[in-house]
Amino acid sequence: MMPDLGSYALEVSLAYVASLGLIGLLALWYWLRGRVVRRQLEEIETRRGEANG
Amino acid sequence: MASFWEYANPLKFMRTTDWLLPIVTWAAVIVTTVGLVWGFFFTSDDFRQGSTVKIIFLHVPSAMMAINIWVMMLVASLVWLIRRHHVSALAAKAAAPIGLTMTLIGLITGAVWGQPMWGTWWAWDPRLTSFLILFLFYLGYIALWAAIDDPDTGADLTAVLCLVGSVFAVLSRYAAIFWNQGLHQGASLSLAPGTRMDWAYKAPLYTCMVGFGLVFVALLLAGTRTEIRARRMKALVTRERMA
Repeated sequence: MMPDLGSYALEVSLAYVASLGLIGLLALWYWLRGRVVRRQLEEIETRRGEANG
Repeated sequence: MASFWEYANPLKFMRTTDWLLPIVTWAAVIVTTVGLVWGFFFTSDDFRQGSTVKIIFLHVPSAMMAINIWVMMLVASLVWLIRRHHVSALAAKAAAPIGLTMTLIGLITGAVWGQPMWGTWWAWDPRLTSFLILFLFYLGYIALWAAIDDPDTGADLTAVLCLVGSVFAVLSRYAAIFWNQGLHQGASLSLAPGTRMDWAYKAPLYTCMVGFGLVFVALLLAGTRTEIRARRMKALVTRERMA
């Protein structure tokens, strides 16, 4: 299945691994930060709701 | 039909993106996967570049997005400066790390392609240099947001930085034409007749370009939602402290 990349196998593989790795890390960071901020905001809103009765 | 400016209302933006974000995310995953699998597995080697031609499916879309994202940030910054819509400032803020990553991918894939083809990883060519400066502008933009505590002041100052950096976004795009020198070739894709690229490469490349565009929109929507929540959280905490 893997195409024959010839003498440039290292360069092509490196480009794909680095690019997909960077996009994956970026997406993971956006998702994790989104989750953390949403949870923190929910906690504050719940606390305020309880304080206001 | 709802006015575009209604989306400047954070509540309206959150409601709309609630259903829109999963659709865009799935579209981004599918289109990007199709484009990259097509380009990597189902295109033949170029007679001069060999298999390094497959790097084009990463390099061109990422470089295109690096410049376009800065232009989007410029438009959002102008909307903030003129109309003071918070969502536009937060969207520009959320777009910057995506632009930074796309610029870095463009630089890495360009260097990896350049080494076997040009015989060097890097040259102080007008296009490469202006692209590197654009990368530094992205870093500076993100650092400036992080350094300023007051969100409105941060939005004002980063908007001005964005206006200045736009010069390099334009230069990155047109440097090869302006100076007509250096190692970097002109546009790989052109609407002009006598186009240089065969459809066997063009079709997966266009697919990857659409895919990278969708990846940007998905991350932008997700990031803007997070920034809106973070801003609300900050406002609530400040109110609690003052009470």
